[in-house]
Amino acid sequence: MKPTIQELEKTASQIRRDIVRMVHACQSGHPGGSLGCTDYFTALYFSVMNHDPKFNMDAVGEDIFFLSNGHISPVFYSTLAHAGYFDKAELATFRKLNTRLQGHPTTHEHLPGVRIASGSLGQGLSVAIGAALTKKLNGDKSLVFTLHGDGELQEGQIWEAAMFAPHNKVDNLISTIDVNGQQIDGPTNLVLSLGDLHAKWEAFGWDVLEMKGNDMADVVKTLELAKSRTGQGKPIMILMHTEMGYGVDFMVGSHKWHGVAPNDEQLQLALGQLEETLGDY
Amino acid sequence: MKKYTYTDKKDTRSGFGAGLLEAGRKNDQVVALCADLIGSLKMNDFIKEFPERFVQVGIAEANMMGIAAGMTIGGKIPFTGTFANFSTGRVYDQIRQSIAYSNKNVKICASHAGLTLGEDGATHQILEDIGLMKMLPGMTVINTCDYNQTKAATLAIAEHDGPVYLRFGRPVVPIFTDPDQKFEIGKAWMVNEGADVSIFATGHLVWQAILAGEILAEEGIDAEIINIHTIKPLDAEAVLKSVAKTGCVVTAEEHNRLGGLGDSIAQVLATHNPTPQEYVAVNDSFGESGTPEQLMTKYGLDAEHIVLAAKKVMKRKQNAVISI
Repeated sequence: MKPTIQELEKTASQIRRDIVRMVHACQSGHPGGSLGCTDYFTALYFSVMNHDPKFNMDAVGEDIFFLSNGHISPVFYSTLAHAGYFDKAELATFRKLNTRLQGHPTTHEHLPGVRIASGSLGQGLSVAIGAALTKKLNGDKSLVFTLHGDGELQEGQIWEAAMFAPHNKVDNLISTIDVNGQQIDGPTNLVLSLGDLHAKWEAFGWDVLEMKGNDMADVVKTLELAKSRTGQGKPIMILMHTEMGYGVDFMVGSHKWHGVAPNDEQLQLALGQLEETLGDY
Repeated sequence: MKKYTYTDKKDTRSGFGAGLLEAGRKNDQVVALCADLIGSLKMNDFIKEFPERFVQVGIAEANMMGIAAGMTIGGKIPFTGTFANFSTGRVYDQIRQSIAYSNKNVKICASHAGLTLGEDGATHQILEDIGLMKMLPGMTVINTCDYNQTKAATLAIAEHDGPVYLRFGRPVVPIFTDPDQKFEIGKAWMVNEGADVSIFATGHLVWQAILAGEILAEEGIDAEIINIHTIKPLDAEAVLKSVAKTGCVVTAEEHNRLGGLGDSIAQVLATHNPTPQEYVAVNDSFGESGTPEQLMTKYGLDAEHIVLAAKKVMKRKQNAVISI
């Protein structure tokens, strides 16, 4: 039985609580992008993907997710913990010495659910394409999902991969870009304009969809639509429009909270805005 | 001095091509990727027999490294192919994060290493790749000396679990190793036992070391020659054993003297048995245009320079004894 939209929203609210608590606890990390992408992660891991928390690196017969913009690790880790990959109590070790929950995700610490290191931007789409090619060679019908930041599109390797996937009909791949229009130094359109992303990806030969990334019903619906469009010769790109910091009013829509931790008072303010639903770790 | 003769000369990269084909036949998980240099990497035979297991990436080496890393998820054993410069320096961060740090079973196969791209000049040559790759934790670094050894190494790395950098060259060089050899990763190969000086050579310089050994023998100097085909993990035991006997060392490589085989050996010696050492290597400079033969002479990477280095280091050994 798939969870209802309301149930997914409750899970998302808990994950948002985890994000601000994790970043607060170690006084470092990236809350803004994590909060913006929480609905996507929740939909993916609790409704859309066919995956097994009894983690196997090779993922034969199951869907794979790659996080390319690794700095939003808080949302990734919390989602994995809630999905049963590891104990939720481990979230308290985030970014602390001897943790498996490194600042940016890595396979080096053997954390279940992580299949590639990411942090240095622009590499995840290539990796996802490789995994998708292997699935095709293995006759494995399951899918590969990736998430990227919009600022990450400024890396040249993304466009190498963008060219490759349609040319090679990698149509078991559903990529998503978190279009929040913000990066460390300010709004994306001031740092380095991305232009018309829909037209760009379409010009490269992708099947392009758009969704409201902070509307759970729309996220689930669009990801399901994307799944229905796989196997038709084109890779799929979803432009996901989100607000950085979504769910915490003083963090919303500003690049200021890209990589800043809340203080004690701000933590309480944030938690007051996020309904506790499932119990904190 | 053991006598090495040869009846045939071939390029080491053709050994890679032959090894790749055979590895592909032995294991259907072996796949190959190339960045628009199929002919240069001698991948044609593999592609002809296994077209579905070949990925043409185009001139996009960063993407190639990422795709190779991703292909390991699900069990493939990817071999990437391009020139050594574009296999390492150009894509260092991709190799570091997606392959080495992620411990992916990718075989980075690099042709035209060192000065051997000759006339193309420094942009297409690389003298820093051994250093770059050996500094990555978990990376195995191999540099082969002839056609047979390159073929054997290619087969061996297909069976080795973990990231590997395999370095080979373009020019035609004598085939002097056994066609049916078993390549043991990390195990140095004794070319010639001797008592007066240890010559540790890698890649194309192994043949030059053999020629140097013959010249030295004529002058009554008994050189021990060891082929260090695996620079990492280094066979420290073989190095120390040889040095205990000879008391002085020449290292020879087609690489910058900083960060290559010579430094790996110096590190072992400094911590276990400090020993006089001379480097036959490029003296911290870029390459330039010229035929490979001209460049090897100009940069001092030939038998003659190994002989000079051996005599020099033997003198230092004697002085060291006297000073005590």
